[in-house]
Order: sequence, then structure tokens, then C-alpha cells
Amino acid sequence: MHELAITQAMIGLVNEHADKAGAQKVGRINLVVGEMSGFVDQCVQFYFDQMSVGTIMEGAELTFKRVPTTGRCRDCGKEFEIEEMDWTCPGCSGNSIQLVGGNELFVESIEVD
Amino acid sequence: MEIKVLKDILSANDQLAESNRKLLNGKGVLALNLMSTPGAGKTSLILATIEGLKDKFKIGVIEGDVSSSIDAERIGREGVPALQINTGGECHLDAGMIQRALGDMPLGDIDLLFIENVGNLICTAEFATGAHKNVVIASVPEGDDKPLKYPLMFTVADVVLVNKADLLPHLRFDTDAYHKSVKGLNDKVEIFEISCETAQGMEQWLSWLDRQLSARKKKPGK
Repeated sequence: MHELAITQAMIGLVNEHADKAGAQKVGRINLVVGEMSGFVDQCVQFYFDQMSVGTIMEGAELTFKRVPTTGRCRDCGKEFEIEEMDWTCPGCSGNSIQLVGGNELFVESIEVD
Repeated sequence: MEIKVLKDILSANDQLAESNRKLLNGKGVLALNLMSTPGAGKTSLILATIEGLKDKFKIGVIEGDVSSSIDAERIGREGVPALQINTGGECHLDAGMIQRALGDMPLGDIDLLFIENVGNLICTAEFATGAHKNVVIASVPEGDDKPLKYPLMFTVADVVLVNKADLLPHLRFDTDAYHKSVKGLNDKVEIFEISCETAQGMEQWLSWLDRQLSARKKKPGK
């Protein structure tokens, strides 16, 4: 269910920036989404299609740029992608891993007329 | 025309959370956000903590559930202010819901405020509430693999309580592996094994709370 809250917040943010630019129409919304953020693209698209009816962003295309979950080993400093829940450093086999990417959830840009 | 936005979708929630924290600071209230799966023991922990600290600190509770007021009624029977938020389907509490609830809480008469989030290990980690500390309640029957399955929750935690520790002899739960996973994700987190049923380990949790509360002096007249 949290895609509904995310979509609402996203529409608010896009509205604010489109308004500031004096835009008449929003054609595309480019989103950056970390793999860890538990966010289903189709679900956001579904809510967006319903909620944008009658607004300047009705019919806008949503693009989703996915960012992989990335960790940094606290022992040897190596950065690597976390796959299959394996939080083991491929460099030194350490298990103390700082999360450095994969938690993103932001609007990168919008395309307006 | 392309307009750069580069703004977090949850930034409006984060701002509201910050204003909640300022309000709580002004009233000298320490707020804890309790997160767990359904059934891990959030309400039981609150009841056990009220029992342990009620003579020393004034406690208040905000209960978050998708529906029903069972939890607030259980807490209310202990004679502490308890307010129920029904999210009406949303799987987490957000800063706006907390802001409205704070307006209805007697903050001047509260030292410690529990915010019992909706039982869920995913979205609750992403929506800031304004609480000062995040407390994750895990429980032994859930299994020891949850930190690596829900890593975000464990990276935002300040304390992880492993509840139902009295069941350890009966279940396959590797405590060492669990600690290693949690500490691997978050090297600053504190982990306490407890049982709300037998009160095992509760003194560690209560003394942690006592330290947090004593570090914050209640401002007179607020």
C-alpha cells in the first residue's frame, strides 16, 4: 500500500516544480528508485494514472531508473553490489557492510511544456 | 523543456517529521518509534515498560493500526494517555498523522512517548515520524534471517530488542549469527534479548531507557 502515499507525495513535488516553472503540461517524470526501497513500478504507474486525471500531468510518462543495493566494507573499503541477500565482502569476506546505495527515492527531473 | 528537480519524494514528510521533533524537544518529551512485524510484541513491550517505569516517568502512547482500537484500549487500562491512529489501509504511520496526534496528547505531562507503528518491516522504515530513536522489536519465532531480508529496517534502528527469548531453547534461532547480521548492517545498534512474558532481559532495556531519559532534562513549566 505504500505506493499510494509515495505517488501522492510525488505528484505534490512535481506540481510544485511545474508551477514554479509556469508549465502548462508535464510530459514526463523521471524517477530514481533504489532496489531496497520496496517500491513496485507498475503499482505507482497505476495510482498515478488514476490520480493525475484532470491535472497538468495527466498522461505523463513515468520513467524509473533503478539503483542497485550497494555496500561498502568497513574492513577493507571495497564497494560492491549486494546480490541474493549476500552481505559478504567479495574482497576480504568481511561481514561489516555499510549501506551506500539502493535506498534512493527521488524525482530527478520533469519534462514540461 | 527539462527541469531538474533532484528532490527526495519523501522530503515533505521529512520536514514534517523535523517539526514534530522540535515540538517534542520543546516539551521535553523523548519519543520512540517502535517497529516490528505483526505479533512480535510491540504492545506487550509497552505494557511491560509502563510496569517497569511508571513510578519514575510519565508515559504516553500513540498506537498505529490499519484499523481497530484494541491496542489503545489495552494501554488505556494502565491509566496512561493512549491515542489510536487508524491509518485506513496505509501500512505505516507518517509524520502528518503523528503531527495531528501530538495535538491531542497532553505533552506537558509526558516524559516518554511511545509511537507504536503499524506491524510491517518495510515501509515503516522509510517514513520518518519525528521520533528521537527507532526501536525494532524482533522475536525469536520470526527466524534469524530477517535482518538480511529487511536490511533497511535494521540500518535505521538504534536498538533491536529480540523478544520471546524464553522460546530460544525450543526453536532453531542462531543468536550469534543474528547479532553478526545486525551488527554487520549497523555497527552502532544496541541489541538486547528480552522476554515480555518472563521479564528476562528487561532490566537492560529499562536501564537503556533510563539513560536516554536522564540525559534529557524536563524543561520546567512546559
